[in-house]
Amino acid sequence: MSSLSSSSVAARDIVALEGVTKRFPGIVANDSVDLSIRPGEVQVLLGENGAGKSTLIGMLSGLLQPDEGRILVDGKPTPITSPRHALALGIGTVFQHMMLVPTLTVAENLLLGGRWWQRPRTEELAARVAEITSTLGITVKLHAKVSELSLGEQQQVEILRAMVRKSRLLILDESTSMLTPKGIDELGALMRRLVEQGLAIVFITHKLKEAAAFGDRISVLKLGRKVGEIPPERFRALGEQAIISEIVELMFGKQSDDPEAVERPVRTVHAEAAPLLQVADLAVAPTDNAPGLSSISFDIRPGEILGIAGIDGNGQKQLAEALAGQRAATGGSVRLEGVAIEALSVGERRRRGLRYLTDDRLGEGTVGTFPVSINFFLKQVGAAPFWRNGVEQRAEIDKRATQLVREYDVRTPSLKTPVARLSGGNIQKVLLARELAEGAKMVIFNKPTYGLDLANTLASRQRIRDTAARGLAVLLISTDLEELLSMCDRIAVIANGALVGTVENVDDARTKVGRLMIGLAA
Amino acid sequence: MSIDTAPTVSATALDATSGAATRRDILHRLLMTLGPILAALVIAGCILLAVGVDPLAYYGYVLEKGLFSPLGIQQTLTRMAPLLFLAAGLIVAFRAGMWNLGGDGQFLLGAVTAAASAPVFVQIMPFWLALTCSFLIAVVVAMIWSLVPALLRAYQGVNEIITTLMMTFLGTSLANVLVKLVFRDPGTTVPQTRTLPVEDRLPRLFDTTITSGLLLGLAAIIIVHLVMTRTAFGLKLRIVGANPRAAVHAGLGVPGLTTAVFAISAGLAGLAGAVDIIGVQGNVRADWNPAYGLAVIPAVFLARMNGFAAIGFVFLLSVLSIGGESAARRLGVPNHFTLVLVSIVLIVLALAEYVDHRYNQSRKA
Repeated sequence: MSSLSSSSVAARDIVALEGVTKRFPGIVANDSVDLSIRPGEVQVLLGENGAGKSTLIGMLSGLLQPDEGRILVDGKPTPITSPRHALALGIGTVFQHMMLVPTLTVAENLLLGGRWWQRPRTEELAARVAEITSTLGITVKLHAKVSELSLGEQQQVEILRAMVRKSRLLILDESTSMLTPKGIDELGALMRRLVEQGLAIVFITHKLKEAAAFGDRISVLKLGRKVGEIPPERFRALGEQAIISEIVELMFGKQSDDPEAVERPVRTVHAEAAPLLQVADLAVAPTDNAPGLSSISFDIRPGEILGIAGIDGNGQKQLAEALAGQRAATGGSVRLEGVAIEALSVGERRRRGLRYLTDDRLGEGTVGTFPVSINFFLKQVGAAPFWRNGVEQRAEIDKRATQLVREYDVRTPSLKTPVARLSGGNIQKVLLARELAEGAKMVIFNKPTYGLDLANTLASRQRIRDTAARGLAVLLISTDLEELLSMCDRIAVIANGALVGTVENVDDARTKVGRLMIGLAA
Repeated sequence: MSIDTAPTVSATALDATSGAATRRDILHRLLMTLGPILAALVIAGCILLAVGVDPLAYYGYVLEKGLFSPLGIQQTLTRMAPLLFLAAGLIVAFRAGMWNLGGDGQFLLGAVTAAASAPVFVQIMPFWLALTCSFLIAVVVAMIWSLVPALLRAYQGVNEIITTLMMTFLGTSLANVLVKLVFRDPGTTVPQTRTLPVEDRLPRLFDTTITSGLLLGLAAIIIVHLVMTRTAFGLKLRIVGANPRAAVHAGLGVPGLTTAVFAISAGLAGLAGAVDIIGVQGNVRADWNPAYGLAVIPAVFLARMNGFAAIGFVFLLSVLSIGGESAARRLGVPNHFTLVLVSIVLIVLALAEYVDHRYNQSRKA
């Protein structure tokens, strides 16, 4: 949009963000984001996990404060200091996870947050709810317990709660992630009726089809930056397919000024070399909150980097964990150097040279309260020369840790510093040092640059390239297509726990992978 | 992000700076521990004043009986023996992140089996072998008693706080039943087990009444401390305690380690019971339950699960309980005032910890 048009319509914005930046240690979560939210419009905020959607919502709902830039409410700069303040300003948020008390009735839930010295005004509420629900064409059972409602009904209650509190702006954070297809369609219809009444809606999703079906205006976030916007006029002019392909271009397309873009050096992988890792028909049962895997098959030769592309949450983590032995496989075989390892324990697989660099650096990769030095050897506890007859050899540990700190350029005040005090980039270096140390033959990198700043991202990528150059087999799981295109020899695409296609990383790989990712045949 | 810009320091420089830091750290720790204890003594003194008792006289009697009189200090040191074993068991469990609160049940079952087996064994075996066998039986029985919470926690993720507490109620009742029905001494009218003759008990130290169980307890807690801090096994347990998901990721057998932790912890509690019986009591009377297991928990927390600090706090606890009993008798204060004192110490320490944490946070921000 030109600056002229944006200033002339700015008065219509209920809420506008101007150059909002939010930083967390080691991460720029939002980088000068502009956003205008208008009544009568569904503003779709689209982006992958880690793109900065949740941070943006946190700032709009008063949970976080921006480091730079300002938020305008009704055209006036207004710091939103707390969730209570956000509600008072008419900003209601329906979070991804339900925020209702399951043991209370719907009416009691709606009355929560009233003044504690007053009796709950039940009649008043019933009248108000009747008024709202009749115009929206939904029915809500006020006296049913929340635990008896379906997830879709619970969501309606949450939306109703925002309406009862006279919200003018409704934020729906990943609201479709737990709904059935029918529930999703109902939510879409409800959003349409709400905006027809003059409400503004911000709808957060990472599903392209929903964005195209329900939105009026789409803003695409990528790594904290807003990389593009489709205004309503264009939105109406384009068909659904055209919109989706434009979004794909915005989300995965190459930017001319991208500092991360590096030409992939041509490496020669000996096609005749025997595969180092062979996976055949690997299957994992689904769990309550994670998809399963079905018939995953691929080979990786020495010196080769195989990329796994896909929208986050399609089984990437399950694949990595099943290969590392952390997650029980229900079928299939995994062979390392021709030897079947699918029945071996995590530790035994590691001893044979299979390494897994987790994406959850603090959650499972390290013990945050333990010193840096011990975290280097977390997977070797008891092994010589760092332990002899089970007794810790502190001098040996410190000597080797000092070497690793120097070799991998870990910036730490001391070896005794608890590892959680380091920045994300330095924790990642500790993990890289641990996994790439002697004996590695095949390494799984799960989102190795997720949340890192540029310098650390580039350094990590160089480590991975060097790893492959040493003749190791590399499996690189990433949601950043740019990263995969700049490093991999082949890219496989994962969707719903299955590999939907594998693409040689040559000229038109970008388009092919992008098409596979949104469910079209390459 | 000062950490990012800080240059990587060489190893020698690291040691020098961290050495000074550790000393300051220890000083800070001491201040944070002794300060609240003094404050707690003042608060407890105010309570004594309020009920019309001279606090100085009370504290004076506590110190005189628990610490300064020759007989009192011997009783105090003897009392330490079972407490040290219990503390050692709790250190293993707490450091591994498992809250074994079933110490009393494990203690009593160990005590009863030791009391039942020792008088039989001493008649058929040499003295040392007999006592060793009794200790072993007590350990095994306590370990078996911990198996239910251990397996539930290891394979089903059932909260061990609840299961160990429930097992402790069952354990104390079972111990009672065993005394009254199975191991009852036919020679007496009081329901109790057969009494181990004094000459067959653990020898006393030198010419005092202090039991040699004290030395065993000291050895146990120091060994536990060294195992937890210096060995691969201890590190594995601490990884499980600090971050179970990291333990899985690192390939540790978490269920096996969990079961081992419960076994060791319960075994030490059973040993505590055996040491108290074979060293001091000689028999178990029905309905006997000194509740040492619960009393030791605060001491272990105050010591932050450090074995050496735990020795100090167990000593303090013994002084308070031996001296408190005497002072209470002489001044007409309820016997339970010792517990009031200990709990005031705990609350003040927790408050101090909270204030210290808030202060550190605000200084960082």
